[in-house]
Amino acid sequence: MTEKLIFESSREGRRATAQAPLRQRVDLPDHLRRNTPPLLPQVSELQTVRHFTRLSQMNFSIDTHVYPLGSCTMKYNPRGCNTLAMLPGFLARHPLSHESMGQGFLQTMYELQDMLKEVTGMKGVSLTPMAGAQGEFAGVAMIKAYHDARGDSARNEILVPDAAHGTNPATAVMCGCKVVEIPTDDQGDVDLEELRKAVGPQTAGIMLTNPSTLGVFERHIEEVRGIVHDAGGLLYYDGANLNAILGKVRPGDMGFDVIHMNLHKTFSTPHGGGGPGSGAVGVGERLLPYMPIPVVGKDGDTYRWLDEKDIPGTIGRLSAFMGNAGVLLRAYIYMRMLGRDGMSRVSEYATLNANYVMVRLRDAGFDLAFPRRRASHEFIISLKRQARELGVTAMDFAKSLLDYGFHAPTTYFPLLVPECLLIEPTETEAKEDLDGFVEAMVAILAESAHDPEKVKGAPYTTPVRRLDDVKAARQLDLVYNPASADA
Amino acid sequence: MAFIPHTETDVREMLQAIGVDSIDQLFDEIPQALRVDGLKGVPEAVGEMEITRIMHQRAARDGEPLTFIGAGAYEHHIPAAVWEIATRGEFYSAYTPYQAEASQGTLQLIYEFQTMMASLTGLDVSNASMYDGASALGEAALMAVRANRKSRSGKILMPRTLHPLYRKVARAVAGNQGLEFIEVDYDHANGTLDLKALEAYADEDVTALVIPQPNFLGRFEDVDALTDWAHARDAQVIAVVNPTSLALIKPPGEWGEKGADIACGEGQPLGIPMSSGGPFFGFMTCRQSWVRQMPGRIVGRTTDMDGRTGYTLTLQAREQHIRRSKATSNICTNQGLMVTGATIYMSLLGAEGLAGVATACMNNTARMVEVMSSVDGVEVAFAGGQFHEAVLKLDCPVAPVLERLAAEDIAGGLDLSAEYPELGNALLVCATETKSGDDIVRFGKAMADAVAAVAGGKR
Repeated sequence: MTEKLIFESSREGRRATAQAPLRQRVDLPDHLRRNTPPLLPQVSELQTVRHFTRLSQMNFSIDTHVYPLGSCTMKYNPRGCNTLAMLPGFLARHPLSHESMGQGFLQTMYELQDMLKEVTGMKGVSLTPMAGAQGEFAGVAMIKAYHDARGDSARNEILVPDAAHGTNPATAVMCGCKVVEIPTDDQGDVDLEELRKAVGPQTAGIMLTNPSTLGVFERHIEEVRGIVHDAGGLLYYDGANLNAILGKVRPGDMGFDVIHMNLHKTFSTPHGGGGPGSGAVGVGERLLPYMPIPVVGKDGDTYRWLDEKDIPGTIGRLSAFMGNAGVLLRAYIYMRMLGRDGMSRVSEYATLNANYVMVRLRDAGFDLAFPRRRASHEFIISLKRQARELGVTAMDFAKSLLDYGFHAPTTYFPLLVPECLLIEPTETEAKEDLDGFVEAMVAILAESAHDPEKVKGAPYTTPVRRLDDVKAARQLDLVYNPASADA
Repeated sequence: MAFIPHTETDVREMLQAIGVDSIDQLFDEIPQALRVDGLKGVPEAVGEMEITRIMHQRAARDGEPLTFIGAGAYEHHIPAAVWEIATRGEFYSAYTPYQAEASQGTLQLIYEFQTMMASLTGLDVSNASMYDGASALGEAALMAVRANRKSRSGKILMPRTLHPLYRKVARAVAGNQGLEFIEVDYDHANGTLDLKALEAYADEDVTALVIPQPNFLGRFEDVDALTDWAHARDAQVIAVVNPTSLALIKPPGEWGEKGADIACGEGQPLGIPMSSGGPFFGFMTCRQSWVRQMPGRIVGRTTDMDGRTGYTLTLQAREQHIRRSKATSNICTNQGLMVTGATIYMSLLGAEGLAGVATACMNNTARMVEVMSSVDGVEVAFAGGQFHEAVLKLDCPVAPVLERLAAEDIAGGLDLSAEYPELGNALLVCATETKSGDDIVRFGKAMADAVAAVAGGKR
């Protein structure tokens, strides 16, 4: 199944005339005018609807497939959250309109800030960061601002465990810091000896994900906190895996000074094919003066924006307005529907599902990366043995799973574990669907033994088969050019 | 249990398979001292029916005012098909298209988006989008520093005719990496950047000049002269443009002799609701020669092992998940779903439909300016036309006027007096194609009443 480019359905003079006003004469000098029209397709409404509906059908998604993509928390996105966030009163609100015209929205944001404070054990929350990576940026920028305000500007090193997401070191650099990698021990915990050696008067802070990207809880978190705080550094919590501990343990109680939350993971706002996300940040006492603006405040019964005047030490604005406001509405609605007990159930059933699939795969002959550890909400298997003995890699398994109707787990991340699959079933998958995933893995393992070439050639049932990434990078074709298409 | 499918039998069987007695036992690696007993500060769960009532009440409270504010977020008609299709589960609930074979829909759509944005801005290549227009400018400044190897200063000239919030965001996003953002004043009588003001920097090492078109005050800059001025000094040109206007006005790629190097801006006018300021999306396009310096996702067309055409993420060696601390940016996601909406919007409108919107905006704003110019106590700040925003000068403070208009359910514009004190009691107003003649007349009357009431005994 392939679909032509929409430009290839374009015919001169065809228009969806109900959709836009007709061109009017305007008073515009010649030197400002555009001479050749832009390459936008000339198609009917039906052609547009059909084209994009067909494109949608070429995607795997949570709504159509089990999607056990580790570190991404691909849980069900309740439809009600979307419907209610798209009520006309929310969509029609201009971000710069008078505060009296936005009390319903502002109240909702204020309550969301409060709920997130409770969930994380932090003292303040700013909702503006537009994605996890921007939340990380806000967090590290606040750590820098804190040290700078104390005249402690020599602190410019950020410690990052070697298992961390790539955004962690990239963020540290964007904040003008140097990155120091800390190794992990053979049980998946931070190597405390190496951490002690790495800290010093140059340490700005450490970025930690807990449970880590290795799918295990960092058991020495209290020692890590002691070592970093004693050295004068601050602790940053990457909330990528908050789903695993919701209602069980709070980053604030673990001693973290700042945290970002991926609302598109833990609080089920849509991933949307790669965004918009939302990376709200929470801070402890020490970083309250530096929060990104705007934040929503309350005077009596009236809600209002807090800006530079209220938070003079702020690291500033990360978006023109209020971050991904519509995403925040969806997170609020989801959190209200979960309620306090539902939050704890999220981590309980996410953890139950992960441990169940882990044990079943282990019993079926797969190698666990950390066989002596509990899974958090996710876990890692390594196909190193299969790669050596059968020549079938983690990527081959991933592609083969697509033919069985399962989205692939995360492949080759974290980089520490060779031939790895990082598997996160989430709490919203039913047991029989988890069993189906295990059965597919078992079937692929059997195929790998008697017909490895077939597995290496997968997928067979998707709209296209494996793509030539080298060609894509070497012979760059990033935009459609009708002239070269005719040739 | 909300959104959790497990039956008691399921749980029993699963615990048995794992070999534990209770779910709680699965958390036994977490130090006991750190455990919390529930989240008492979170309210009890409500069902979909109850939350529906709550959200309807709040949305109704905010209402649907008659909006004459622009300033970076614009009210346009959005064809029904846009969000009907974009919120299909296959788009809405998919992840970033790392597994290309399972994501051809999203990938092909982004390729089509890249084509549309590159063409709209008159440049060669586009990325898959940034967070919003303001943060895209911050990233564009960082990109210019990487691309302009002749410059070592990291100095970025930003005219004061650029959106004040964009200037703040660019500083917050890029300021930690040694860039210096310098604000250049404008001609207060005319509302556009003065070439003479730029001359103060003629002999300095400048990395890039930012040129907004139309500018924040609604005016058209002399983009050809400004672009040539920058290029004559080996500075790069970063265009900040409104995508609707580009159906009508000269695209950045054709500015001056050589064209702008990078274009960026806010994609919201292309079918994205105002929604209190987000989610929107930023766009970024550039010349082919700078593509490896561009941040964010990029989709390329290639072939599969059977020779069929397919689409995949490419040039990933720029990105954080490969390059980690050496990446062009820490950006991970784009604003995929908003890009989906915008691509459907641009397909439905086509070049002619978008020009229709742009011309209707221009003419409605001209009509609004005419109506306002006859209101006592209101004058139009700059003569000689504008795109779809204009500055009004009042003979009384702006804030109480806006308050009175708000009481009439009119979002009456943006108060400029704090950011542009030299303009006095200035108000930025906007009329898009959504405003009828009656709306504009109503706005004029309400403005006359509000100004008269606030000015009171003064006149």
